[in-house]
Formats: sequence, structure tokens, C-alpha cells
Amino acid sequence: MKADPKGVLTGTHFIDGDHACCEGALAAGARFSAGYPITPSTEIVERFAARVPLVGGTFIQMEDELAASITLQGAVWGGAKAFTVTSGPGFSLMMEHIGYAAMTETPCVFVDVQRGGPSTGLPTLPAQADMMQARWGSHGDYEVIALCPNSPQECFDLTIKAFNFAEEFRVPVMFMMDEVVGHMTEKVVIPPADRIEVTPRKHTRKSAEEYLPYGTNGDLVPEMAHAGEGYKFHMTGLTHDERGYPNMTPQTQDKLVRRLQNKIRDAADRIMIAEEEGIGGADVIVVSYGITSRVAQKGIDMARARGLKVGKFRMITCWPFPEKRIRELAEKAKAFVVPELNLGQMVREVERAAGGKARTIAVSHAGGSVHRPEEILNAILEATR
Amino acid sequence: MSELVNPVERFLRTDRMPHIWCPGCGIGTTVNCFARALIDSGIDLQSLALVSGIGCTGRVAGYVKLDSFHTTHGRAIPFATGLKLANPKLNVVVYSGDGDLSAIGGNHLIHAARRNIDLKVICVNNLIYAMTGGQTAPTTPGHAITATSPYGAFEPSFNLPHLLEAAGAVYVARWTTFHVRQLARSIGEAFQKKGFSFIEVISPCPTLYQRRNQLGDGLDTMKYYKEASKVRNGSPTSEAGLTMTGEIVVGKFVDRERPDYQTMMTAQMTESLGERYIRPEMEHEEEGCGVCG
Repeated sequence: MKADPKGVLTGTHFIDGDHACCEGALAAGARFSAGYPITPSTEIVERFAARVPLVGGTFIQMEDELAASITLQGAVWGGAKAFTVTSGPGFSLMMEHIGYAAMTETPCVFVDVQRGGPSTGLPTLPAQADMMQARWGSHGDYEVIALCPNSPQECFDLTIKAFNFAEEFRVPVMFMMDEVVGHMTEKVVIPPADRIEVTPRKHTRKSAEEYLPYGTNGDLVPEMAHAGEGYKFHMTGLTHDERGYPNMTPQTQDKLVRRLQNKIRDAADRIMIAEEEGIGGADVIVVSYGITSRVAQKGIDMARARGLKVGKFRMITCWPFPEKRIRELAEKAKAFVVPELNLGQMVREVERAAGGKARTIAVSHAGGSVHRPEEILNAILEATR
Repeated sequence: MSELVNPVERFLRTDRMPHIWCPGCGIGTTVNCFARALIDSGIDLQSLALVSGIGCTGRVAGYVKLDSFHTTHGRAIPFATGLKLANPKLNVVVYSGDGDLSAIGGNHLIHAARRNIDLKVICVNNLIYAMTGGQTAPTTPGHAITATSPYGAFEPSFNLPHLLEAAGAVYVARWTTFHVRQLARSIGEAFQKKGFSFIEVISPCPTLYQRRNQLGDGLDTMKYYKEASKVRNGSPTSEAGLTMTGEIVVGKFVDRERPDYQTMMTAQMTESLGERYIRPEMEHEEEGCGVCG
């Protein structure tokens, strides 16, 4: 379906990534957010609080992130599209409810504008050190989708994508920004509403008698109902059967948890978004994401100026990890160079997918600023040796 | 001869029986009172949603034939807040235990009362963490033996009606599972209120609390509730504290009017934005489901 024009601020804007993310959420149809202030993410909900009363929605500032991360899920089951926004310490507090959203198959979006950690760390400065937490932070086995924008324009475009994936797969989607992308101001073009594709909720058309809340028809994503529609359904974070009833047997656990995993894994090719450039014939491929990809570009340009064959692989979808593509590239290139604003997170995935077929060189950084392009250049030079 | 059917049966997921609660437990009694209140109030069941947290009382959501949500530990109230705000036409009941609502969920409890979110909260207080084996709760009275206070509890306990009155609830009552008619009537009254209503139900846990403290079985506890309870409607909540074997002050303590969250939000937004303000529920009415296409 097309976007509701009321939420779409069509035009050319000069705004930062946080504000662009808010506009993306509104364009995607989000009419509810529950939040708790935390630097450097707060501008997203500040703008939402100002904008949403004009388009027919609600913002509520909760008492903490525990509350924010479950209030939004209540709103989803009440019939809204909803999201919350946070940064490291708040993201840590939200972990239980990310697992709850995965288990109950609540479509929603968690935005994490990453800052330096651990703990209070560097509230106003960037990092990319929550990437593994985004994937593994809640207990138990589950799958999520995570997207990483590298510009305000992508903060707009990919926030819509995040909501669309959330609805298509009934899964919590992690929108992994960082402080620099959040606070960087650039041109953002917002198209007319009729040019924005929005994925509708997978709402059941069955009658209350026929409806099975967690029954599936082969595509692994069950149909949803909202409270107040007469379905009288039950939903629980306990292991449950197709009726949504608790059923704590190893058989039900196996069936449910494998389905939660497979609905994402089987669709990985469709979820995968990446930017590739100069890959053909490259000796070295720089794998990056988020703000680091923009610094990496400079390092790649410097290396190419020296006549080196360097390719660029920018992950936009970070989870599920593009392991199939990395495995293919490992057959062709000699080495991967992986710069990231952490002491080595996604590089482990690159190394795993490369399976020893290509060298993997991490360019780590503890956060607080971005890399210097020379650091990436040096790693490329090392890789060609 | 026609088959006799219990009038509350149609409110229950009978395909989930038998339930998990122990013999002598009071939670089933409270559910019966809740169902009676639904019958008496004639409330529309389609617009009624029930939200529970985790614990023995948290399992209520799984047994009622309503849109029912079994959420995470302590977070029934914020989930219910989102549900209510996204669809203001819903009547939302939060049904959970003392540990869930007042310990891990304590912050949400006081803030939802402060905001005066239109929720009906039924708090079954068995004075203990029962599901996990009988540990000390914020409501455990002094000297009581629990799994984590083997030499007797000594932390001062919460007086929940007092806390909720101070936090801003518009309706506060307390009954025991002996007071089935009064409890059903109170639940019905709460449905008539717009705003945050809180009903505490003192309930036995014969398996863990009564047994460890040599307070007898379920029947002995009923006798204690009958003898020790003093109905004092309108009593100052500051005088409603509980001890292990002393008086239990019951009754309706608070019944007042305050604008609820959505009324205040609408008033403030209308004052600031005038006709530019689009109420979320208007949106819902005019265009149907904008989410589902």
C-alpha cells in the first residue's frame, strides 16, 4: 500500500539523521512511540512528539526504557505501528523486550543511535559497539533484522524499510545508527506519499472461529489480530502452540524456536541490502557499515590512487549477516579489511564466512571519533603484502 | 433435563483447565469474582482486554476468554498503557500479583497512577513470591518466614492502598478472598471509573506462605480473614498497613475524580494546537485501520 500522505513531509530538506529517522517513521505509518530521553537519540522522539499530534498519533515519555520498550508493543497489539528510540545504556535495558517481541512476533522497530560504551561511556560521541548486542542481546535463540544507515537520507529511506520488514516478517527490527550519522546534517529528499511503498500489517481475514494466532501456512509468518476485534486470542512470552497457549514441551519449543529462526534465515536473500562497487578483480575488499563506510571510501580512494585494486562492500543489512555473499567474495579476493568503531565485532562474522579462504584484517577503534582514512589505507596496504 | 452450566464458564478458556493453582489458593476465587463483575456490569466483552505480568496471578491472562496478554515480569502496566493509548475504546484490565506489580513493576505502578491512565488494576496480594517457591516480597509482613528470609523478614513492607492513593489513583479498594461479593462489586465500580483504579485482594498461599508460617491451611486462612477483617470504607489508607496475624483493614478507601491521561492530553493538545490537533481515536474512526491496508 502507499504511504498515508498526512505523515509524509514531501520536499527537499536540510536535516540531521535523527530528524530524518523520525520523518521515515512517520512516512512508514508509525503513529505511536514510547520513549525515554537519552543522548544522542533524543532528537528523534523530540521531533516525533512535535509532529505526531498533527497526524493523529501519540507520543508518551515513559519512566524508563523498560517501560518504553514494552509500551510500544502494547500499542502494536492495539493496532498501531510503533517504535522506540534509544542509545547504549537504554538499549541494554530494552533487551528483554526485544526477546519478547521476537517470541510474540510483534512487528516493531527499535532505533539505537550508538555511542561509546561500555556503561555510560561516551554519551555524545560515536561508536558501533552494539552490533553484537543487537543480534544476541536478549536471552534464548531468536533472529532479528538490523539495518545500518550511513547518511541522513538513508536514515529516512531505511527507517521505512525497517518498518516494512517488521510488518512482513513480524519481527523486531533494529535500526542501528551512530552518533555521527544521527547528528550529521545533509540534504534529505522526501518523495510524494504515492511514491512510498508501505507494507501493511499481516492481519488475518479469518473469522474468530477459524483463526489460529500462531498457525502458519508454509510461509512461516502467522497472521495477526488486534485487541478489540472479537478474536479473543491469547498471547504469551511462554513457549506456545499454534493457539497461542502455553505448551512447555521440547517438541513445541523446537517447532516454535526453529520457525522464529527460519522465517528470517529462509528469507535472507530478500532481506539483504548491500552496496558493492569495484568488487570485480579486486585483491582487497573493504567491508564496512554505517558512518565507517564513509571514512572507508576515502581510504579506498587513496589506495586506488596508488594503483591498488580495492573493492567496496557496504553492509546495509547487518543482520542477518550477508554470509553467502562474503563466502562468494572470499573465493575471489585475497583479503577483507574490516574497519568498525569497536574492538572487533562484525569482523568475526566476516572471518567466519570467509572460512579461511581470504585473510581478514580488522581495523578496530574504541569509539569517540571516526577512523582516520590513513588507518584504513594502511590496513589495505598490509592486506596486499 | 438441561445440563447445568456454571455462569462464569463462558468467560473462561475451559480447554485450558485444569489450571495450575494449588488447592486453597485464592487466585481462582478472584477470577470468579472478576467474571461475576463482568456479568453484573454487562460490559462489552469484545472491547475488554486483560493484561498480566509474570507469577501465579500472571497466569490469569491464560485462562480468561478475552483478548489476553501474558507479558514480561513487572511490565503488565506499561504494556497495558500502550494498548489503551493505541485504542482508547478498549477497556483494559491489568491482573497481576504483588511482587510483579509492586517490586519489579513498582516504578510503572506509581507512574501509571500519577498519569491516571484509564486502567483497572487487580492486584492479588499473597504476601510472597509464590511461583518461584515462596521468597520475600515487598509486601511480606515483618517476622514472616520465607525462602529468602529463613530467620524472619525484617524489611518494612508496602501498604499498597496508601502508596496508590499518594501516587494518584482515582479508585482504591482492598478486600480479601473471603469478601467475594464486595470484591465483585468493587471490580464493577472500577469499570464505572475513568482513570487509574487499584483493587488489592489479600489472598492465601497455603503451599508456601501459610505453611511456612504455621498459619494453617486454606480454610484456616478464610477463618482468619473473616475474623481479622474490619470493613472501614473511607478509612485513611495510612491506617491500612498489614501485619502477619493482626487486623486487616478492608473497604473502599478512595473514590475521587481526576481527569484521566487521555482527557488531559486532548485538552492540552487542543489548547495548544486548536483544529490542527488530530485525535488518534478520530483517525481510527474515520479511516478504519490505516495499518492493515
